[in-house]
Amino acid sequence: MMLAVAEVTPAWYLLLGSILFAIGAVGLLVRRNPLVMFMCVELMLNAVTLTFVTFSRMLHDIDGQTVVVFVLVVAAAEVVIGLGIIVALLRKKPTATADDITVLKG
Amino acid sequence: MELFVFLVAGGACIAGALGVVLNSNPVHVALSLVGTLFGIAVLFVAQEAHFLAAVQIIVYAGAIVVLFLFVLMLLGVDQAEDLSIEPLGGAQRIVALLVGLAVLGLPLLAFRSTDGDATGAGAQPGDPNLVREGTADIAQLGESLFTTYLFAFEVTSVLLVIAVVGAVVMSRKVKRAEYVDDPLVTATQPDTEAPA
Repeated sequence: MMLAVAEVTPAWYLLLGSILFAIGAVGLLVRRNPLVMFMCVELMLNAVTLTFVTFSRMLHDIDGQTVVVFVLVVAAAEVVIGLGIIVALLRKKPTATADDITVLKG
Repeated sequence: MELFVFLVAGGACIAGALGVVLNSNPVHVALSLVGTLFGIAVLFVAQEAHFLAAVQIIVYAGAIVVLFLFVLMLLGVDQAEDLSIEPLGGAQRIVALLVGLAVLGLPLLAFRSTDGDATGAGAQPGDPNLVREGTADIAQLGESLFTTYLFAFEVTSVLLVIAVVGAVVMSRKVKRAEYVDDPLVTATQPDTEAPA
């Protein structure tokens, strides 16, 4: 009886996606280690891809999955560039946090 | 059955996400991230996106997280941080939680106004992007990628070349003479300027 009531609707996936996105956003704001901040960005990207796949299924539209392929490519490129910047930064000061990157501060 | 899969995989996703935010050791953070990525791959399978589930494991868990771990080990920043200082305490933590609640509240409001339904028009019968029952998702994905999105697909190759060149430029070792007046160095190395 309980199981018949609790059927998984696409809204559940969308809810999970928004929870994951919110957790990633909080992590990005709270943590100061640039690598951990970067992993939080990956978490947010993944929450959005889950949402895209869910909408693809809801609307019977394969384009949602095509967008996820592009998100994967952009995420891979972003990781390469971002880790390059972080390596260049941390090589000069191994304990650097996001607070130490203040060159652009007015 | 789908309920069981959703609860287990969704639980793994949430637990991994909390681990990413709350763990003090960066290596544990990376491993928690793998948990989340794996859970999302399972949810992809549950939603009949089999190809994307495989790509999710190969690209994210196999390549991106390994790259993160490489950088962690390369730089030797894998020791645990002081959690009482590192996740910003006090006012910033409260503001971050408020922002997180706002980020969560916005989609919840959207759910309430639409009863959790998608408001888009959806693919109509006859559209090339309509999901066809009985056809493998990889076949339809390839068709979409190499017809409708061919130009965007080719442009991503330019993006990847730029990323590779950029990574080489970034991680190249600069000669000593070059980075004396590099403002980044003087900003991140105040110790060298300190009087003895």
